[in-house]
Amino acid sequence: MNSTKIQVPVMAELFAQGKKPEYLFWVGCAGAFDARYMKVAKAFAKILNHIGTDYAVLGTEESCTGDPARRAGNEMLFQMQALSNIEIFKMYEIKKIITICPHCYNTLKNEYPDLGCECEVVNYTEFLENMIKQGKLKIDKTKLANKIVTFHDPCYLGRANNIYESPRFLLQSLGINLVEMERNRSFALCCGAGGAQMFKDAEKGDKEIFIERTEDALKTQAEIIASSCPFCMTMMTDGLKYKNKEEEIQNLDIIEMIAEAMI
Amino acid sequence: MSQIIFSVLLAITLGVFAYSIFKIYQLFKLTKPAYPVRDFGKRIKRTIINGFLQQRIFRNPIAGFMHAMVFWGFCIIIFGSIEMVIDGVAGTERILSVGGIVYDIIMAIGDIFAYIIALFVVIFIIRRAVLKIKRLNGKELKHKNHVDAYIALSLILILMITLAGLNIFYLAGNSDFVGRFPISELIAPMFAGMQPDTINCLHDIFWWSHILLIFLFANILPYSKHFHIFMSLPNVFFSRLTPLGKMANMDSITKEVKSMLDPETAFAASTDEGSVPDRFGILDVEDITWKNYLDSLTCTQCGRCTSVCPANITGKELSPRKVIMDIRLRMKMKGPHLVKDSSYSDGKTLIRDFISEEEIWACTTCNACAKECPLNIDHPTFILDLRRYLVMEEAAAPAALNAIFSNIENNGAPWQYSNQDRLNWTE
Repeated sequence: MNSTKIQVPVMAELFAQGKKPEYLFWVGCAGAFDARYMKVAKAFAKILNHIGTDYAVLGTEESCTGDPARRAGNEMLFQMQALSNIEIFKMYEIKKIITICPHCYNTLKNEYPDLGCECEVVNYTEFLENMIKQGKLKIDKTKLANKIVTFHDPCYLGRANNIYESPRFLLQSLGINLVEMERNRSFALCCGAGGAQMFKDAEKGDKEIFIERTEDALKTQAEIIASSCPFCMTMMTDGLKYKNKEEEIQNLDIIEMIAEAMI
Repeated sequence: MSQIIFSVLLAITLGVFAYSIFKIYQLFKLTKPAYPVRDFGKRIKRTIINGFLQQRIFRNPIAGFMHAMVFWGFCIIIFGSIEMVIDGVAGTERILSVGGIVYDIIMAIGDIFAYIIALFVVIFIIRRAVLKIKRLNGKELKHKNHVDAYIALSLILILMITLAGLNIFYLAGNSDFVGRFPISELIAPMFAGMQPDTINCLHDIFWWSHILLIFLFANILPYSKHFHIFMSLPNVFFSRLTPLGKMANMDSITKEVKSMLDPETAFAASTDEGSVPDRFGILDVEDITWKNYLDSLTCTQCGRCTSVCPANITGKELSPRKVIMDIRLRMKMKGPHLVKDSSYSDGKTLIRDFISEEEIWACTTCNACAKECPLNIDHPTFILDLRRYLVMEEAAAPAALNAIFSNIENNGAPWQYSNQDRLNWTE
């Protein structure tokens, strides 16, 4: 990724001009603040710009969905976040939301409706699958041709929401050689970060979960570990560092692979 | 005479069983609402797919196949058991044979299954006793849990042997038999040389021992992990239809938050105080929902959940199976007292005396356990309700989580960054 600034439309500015973009691109806290995932957020905005999607971000008006608070038992904080976010959606008359983080996706899609949100929520894997199928997004299959790639299913896409095939469709469309881990799809092992575990030390045990999962990935002999979740990415990166494999094996979000190969 | 004896025994069986069920019903009345049960079409579909077609158990193909055969066998054999009850009361012999070809088919399939189930149960016993597979062991399984498992398996084995025996000696004693019995028909000629009286006597012994064992089994079940047999299909039917990732909303909190955000509604909310719960989340068994309790009665301790739990795989204290078993254990201990006195306390609670904070905080909410459970037991929902108690009633979250709470509250992100920097990624 190069470090040039990209143009990203902001909801408040467009709204002031009387425009109502079709999609809200929900960046998520990881996309906004995690140094590694900021690159993924940027890559996704590039893809949206490239296909000419009518979208905007909330920018400084975006705030945590409340997912980690809810899963850590703080329902009060979750609902305060949710209700004030929903207010903003209503203010800008937002109808459709695209997320890159599966945790945000799950919460916005499945949990916000209980609190009055009526937006349609799509995960980027579903969105890009549709864009490719509709011919709006074209891929140069030679860019990553024959790279050996394994895909780590994020729990909040897979088991939580039954999205197993969209990420695989995207990977196949890149012309790569997809090698499955032994535990894949609904059998996939968690990276260890869900349920707010990302933000605390693990309880004592005899192994870190992310190491167990990284070992699954290493067994496939893949050159690239692909994922589609900021927390999974952090954990798998840690795992690769632990195994001293971070030089040999890349850990990429599918977004970055698409951004590199799109034409 | 035998009709009278049979009827008396049947009445005792049904009476004791009804008493056991009534006791469980009283315990259910202690539980809290979980969710409204709607969408009967979807529920029936799920019960057919997950229950009758055994879809999820096939995630483990070999053990799954054997379990499915035992289940399907039971579904067929039960027609024969119903017939035996009618025959026993009415003094008839194989009364359902009026069903003609349908009867022949059911009897034939049941006969084959009797032998298959006997074989598979022997394999199950050997697997438990000899192979010592990890899933069937674990700290939470005490000596009495293993005894419970062996009792159930042995009873099923004896039930199948007595069923085969009564089929064989029925055939040996009746050249003009009704129904078809493909395997027993091959075995029966071996006994053709015996005295007719001996054959009849052996038939009666097998007949009576089979039906009496069923009566006994039915009354052991409510106190065994094998209550599973009765509760599994209801548990699948009543399981939540929402995506596994969705956590239920706490409506009582919504009211409070709305009144905080908008003072105008505060007055309206305060007039409606009846819906405020005594306690947020679950501390002890009086806080659980009916689904938590139903889950605990359904669990047959197979350990599929624990075998896929990332925390458990990596040596943490958490075992989803244990957490579900604890619900039943605690209800058995405290529930009957609560029925008599709703303020009863023995100074213990589910949290800490049964389930440690360490277990509660080790869950990643990955839903592997819930996905794996063949009967749609919902472990994460329960674990999260334990967390809700710890956080909202005791403010007892681990320090790192308290830090993210204050970050989210102050700057709208779990990390300590200014919201003004939210667009830095575009640079």
